[in-house]
Amino acid sequence: MKINDAFWGVLLMALGAAVLLAVRGYPNIPGQPVGPALFPGLIALGLCAGGALLVWQGWRDRAHGPWLAWEDWVRSPKHARALAFLLGSVVFYILVSDALGFLITAVLMLMALFRSLQVAWGRSAFWAVVATLVVHFAFYKLLRVPLPWGILTPMAW
Amino acid sequence: MWTAVGQAFSMVFEPYTLMVMVFASLYGLFVGSVPGLTATMATALLVPVTFFMPPIPAVAAMVTATAMAIFSGDIPGCLLRIPGTPASAAYTDEAYAMTRKGQAEKALGAGLVFSAVGGLFGTVVLIVAAPALADFALNFSSFEYFWLVLLGLTCAVFISTGSPIKGLMMLCLGLLVACVGLGNPAGFPRFTFGNTEMSGGIGMIAMMIGMFAISEIIRYVVDTSPPAELVVEEVSGVLKGQWALAKKYPKQIMRGSVLGTAVGALPGAGADIAAWMSYAVSKKFSKEPEKFGTGHVEGIVESGSANNSALAGAWIPALVFGIPGDSITAIVIGVLYMKNMNPGPTLFTTNPQNIYAVFLLFIVANLIMIPLGILCIKVAKRILRVPREILMPMILLFCVVGTFAINNSVFQVGVMLVAGILAYVLEANKFPVAPAILGVVLGGMLEENFITSMIKSNGDLMAFVSRPIALALAILTALVWRKPAVPA
Repeated sequence: MKINDAFWGVLLMALGAAVLLAVRGYPNIPGQPVGPALFPGLIALGLCAGGALLVWQGWRDRAHGPWLAWEDWVRSPKHARALAFLLGSVVFYILVSDALGFLITAVLMLMALFRSLQVAWGRSAFWAVVATLVVHFAFYKLLRVPLPWGILTPMAW
Repeated sequence: MWTAVGQAFSMVFEPYTLMVMVFASLYGLFVGSVPGLTATMATALLVPVTFFMPPIPAVAAMVTATAMAIFSGDIPGCLLRIPGTPASAAYTDEAYAMTRKGQAEKALGAGLVFSAVGGLFGTVVLIVAAPALADFALNFSSFEYFWLVLLGLTCAVFISTGSPIKGLMMLCLGLLVACVGLGNPAGFPRFTFGNTEMSGGIGMIAMMIGMFAISEIIRYVVDTSPPAELVVEEVSGVLKGQWALAKKYPKQIMRGSVLGTAVGALPGAGADIAAWMSYAVSKKFSKEPEKFGTGHVEGIVESGSANNSALAGAWIPALVFGIPGDSITAIVIGVLYMKNMNPGPTLFTTNPQNIYAVFLLFIVANLIMIPLGILCIKVAKRILRVPREILMPMILLFCVVGTFAINNSVFQVGVMLVAGILAYVLEANKFPVAPAILGVVLGGMLEENFITSMIKSNGDLMAFVSRPIALALAILTALVWRKPAVPA
């Protein structure tokens, strides 16, 4: 996804402006000429200036490239679906891992990803279970990371 | 001093540390030789595991894994024409051309042997330069540190490839991220949106795993190019003829190592830029430049030593000033802080045995690279056949669990995901990632020294240039701004 630089310039300027707005109310360190607003304020000014330059450059070069260019994967449903599964699976993990528990969440997540990358059902299931158990053993048993058990709590080992 | 050296020896040659090094080597060799997995990603993925290790084994794991990964990145470059890590990209076409001529052994052997030579050279420079610099840096006040950090960040913006404005914008974004939370001189909560997780700041490790691992996985998933063909059947006898090469190209090895160490020590530029520059230098000064690109080993010798020497070079500013020389040391610095080995000149005086141990680790890592590298080349065909559609989802799961382990919260997993998507989109739009990472790592240090200096001078900006070293650093910084001269 390639977007004209002018778009990024506007975005950066907006971010800079938002930061400037946010730091207005920050107090100075008592008795000192400076405070927590100074440093982010300077960065925000930099963002605004650089953003303006990018807008100018993007506008100047607008004839040389499209405003928005997509890569090949957008036209390939296979790849677009794989990307959706990739991002979706992490969101899925964030949302449900606590309730469902690590083991179930991870197996479902890996299954979905393998399938989206055209791995056969049997192989997908095999590797999803093996990888989940290995990661669980390494992190839960060896490194003592409290991975959630969720609904499997009664049979926790 | 000798007691400290003795202590360092016993720390490094302890069975546990040695075991960690062997595992880290195998891991590094594997990650480096799988295209799409980079040395930086190898380091980022190691971090969650190093949480649970004592300091020296943790550093050992990172030093060995990265050294191995930078070498083994040559393997798929040579056999598939896909660089395993960006640091091998400069001479991938050359190495592949050699393979087509039936000289795969020679190309891989040269990559291996001169990687080790370059790595050892960089280590020697690290051993000599770092303590001397640290001695000098003991006199630095907040003014000098302010300029030093600013100089480092400036280099990062102008050395990284692409437009300096985009580099500068990425730096600003990184610095802004570093502002989030309570960790500022006033202890005032900034940009937290009332979220308690945010008041601790945005986790650097989660961000790095996102920017270097998640973005690579995204790139793999949306890659529509057809799979590459493996051309070689069996590779053996890689060491044959390497001594003759060393005798034929001593100047090239030296030049590559010196350039690599220097580029590595500059913040923001690491092994990949060192390799590109050194390949270009090699071609320029070669007696037979017309042979470059047709399967000529000279450029591989020179840039192969350059990319590994850059690894050690990057540790010089990282250990002495806490300013990372490349993205790998940016991650390492985060780990050093966690292990109470805070980088800075005092690290050399208070606990010298730790520093000597780090030096020793570099030497050992570069020496065991040769036997393990030969082993890796032998099984290269199998590694290259590892199905990536199985590997990538597993790496994703590992990233998720590793990030969760930072402080057992899924908030960090969210940070990782957002950082990964952002890094992917911004890189697709030619915004370089390295300045952003340096901004995040150095933002706190820059602000602290800036605010401290402002308070000391009561707001008088002239004080920033009233000490001689500070003035010199200021002039140097201004020069880089005026003249972004980088030979491409």
